[in-house]
Amino acid sequence: MKRVQFERSAVPYFFVAPQILIIVVFFLWPAAQAIYQSFLLEDAFGISSQFVWFRNYEDTILNFAWLQSAGFTIIFSVLVTFFSLAIALLLAVRANEVLHGSSSYKTMLMWAYAVAPPVAGLMGNLMFNPFVGDLYAALNILGWDFNQKLDAFDASFVVILISVWKQVSVNFIFFLSGLQSIPKGVMEAATLDCRSPEKRFWTITFPLLAPTTFFLMVINITYAFFETFGIIDTTTRGAPGGATNTLVYKVYTDGFLGADLGGSSAQSVILMIMVLVLTVFQFRFIERKVHY
Amino acid sequence: MSNSFWRTLSTHAILICGMIFMSAPVYIAFMSSTHAPETLFNEGLQYWFGGHFFETYNEVLFVEGGVMKKVTASRMLVNSMILGLGFAIGKVVISMSAAYAIVYFRFRLAVPLFWVIFMTLLLPLEVRIVPSYEVVAGLGLLNTHTGLIVPLIASATGTFFFRQFFKSVPEELLEAARLDNAGPLRFLIDILVPLSKTMIAAILIIMFVVGWNQYLWPLIMTTEETSYTIVIGIKQIYQVLSEGGELPQFQKAFALTILATLPPVLVVLVFQNWFVKGLVESEK
Repeated sequence: MKRVQFERSAVPYFFVAPQILIIVVFFLWPAAQAIYQSFLLEDAFGISSQFVWFRNYEDTILNFAWLQSAGFTIIFSVLVTFFSLAIALLLAVRANEVLHGSSSYKTMLMWAYAVAPPVAGLMGNLMFNPFVGDLYAALNILGWDFNQKLDAFDASFVVILISVWKQVSVNFIFFLSGLQSIPKGVMEAATLDCRSPEKRFWTITFPLLAPTTFFLMVINITYAFFETFGIIDTTTRGAPGGATNTLVYKVYTDGFLGADLGGSSAQSVILMIMVLVLTVFQFRFIERKVHY
Repeated sequence: MSNSFWRTLSTHAILICGMIFMSAPVYIAFMSSTHAPETLFNEGLQYWFGGHFFETYNEVLFVEGGVMKKVTASRMLVNSMILGLGFAIGKVVISMSAAYAIVYFRFRLAVPLFWVIFMTLLLPLEVRIVPSYEVVAGLGLLNTHTGLIVPLIASATGTFFFRQFFKSVPEELLEAARLDNAGPLRFLIDILVPLSKTMIAAILIIMFVVGWNQYLWPLIMTTEETSYTIVIGIKQIYQVLSEGGELPQFQKAFALTILATLPPVLVVLVFQNWFVKGLVESEK
């Protein structure tokens, strides 16, 4: 807030009103509805409903499909986060070292940010398609009995590969801008003290990038939880047998396609709590970042 | 000397591998889209130009029934353009004006309202899918541009972005403006907006891409073909492909992925510096 401000009047309310109005109508009201419905049990025809306290939550958490989905979401998030960060970090460190042609490398590595997740999903899906996909054929020739429609591991492999591909460019951009903000003098001093580039990376560069990495970890987990919806919806759709069903995809299929309102609302509220935890995490790290 | 030579060599090798990894899917998708369905079906993916470029893209873009029963890809591109631009402009206007109020005015509800805006970070669409749909349906906004755009533009990222920027604007400007008797609206339009030009450009670029790529929201609130965006078209063609039938039209699916990718990628490439600035600054 500024030291110098306009004096008290009704003017500021006029300026915030549009955003607040939209938030109340399209964010807070639906969220409140979701919380309210999560305590209700509707009959099969949606005519009457009854207040059942936490029964929907119990039913959700004790359900095998939900547990399977939660397990997959965790493994999926960890793998996507790890691989997309690792690949992006390697590329960013090397791109930062290049003297000639670095800008064309950068451009070529960042443009994929603009590809929408479902578009990436369909492209990847076609690459692995049994009729046209050469990757499908190649993997089978190599002796991997690959079939994403039947095998849970193969399906997870496809979804994870596409999700990593889609996320590398964002991480690359952030890592590169983190690397470029390290003062030149620090890097020069490090070069004098330590000749091995690997050792220099692990002792100097990587610790200096820690705030960026923490921040990106939160961003990537959020991505894996939520934004991969489009990838899953154009590849496996949670098949085979729910093996690649993320929690968000399950909320969508249960609530929107399956019309289980109470159950899907309870799942939504559990997701809200997860977002809350992630956001608190993120802001603690950001605060620390400021202190550096 | 030799050590650094190998380092340079490995650096270029790694970066070239990275480039291939990132570009290959789109390259292959484009090349495959220029072939006949029979070629794709018999030989698999294609790695060089085929002779069916005009045929495929003409059918997808302009012929009714080419990709979907009623709607053509060009109509879907127009819908996507409206969504991308509407989302970007709406977001800039609404978040700039909210940030202006929060930074430049003293008013009683400033802090609570700031927290209301902050709350949107905790409530992504994915956790309130069904009730959001019900609200939009209740207001009769299904299949409309308003219903598509307005619920998406209120999230906090843009507001935080402008708030951060306004805080860095020198205090003297407001003092000077007040000495000249400039009112709030005057100050905003004559001083703050011109100062924020680069910031506005950066956020417009990034938000256009984000808006263009929206998936879940258009998916649940557009039920008529004529309101589909190109990204929703992707889902529809996927459905057609997975249902089977006659000879699968893979070249059209590939063409659609290229059409959906091209506009946002062009925006990112042309405005690269602004894009990076917008991305790095708005996510922080």
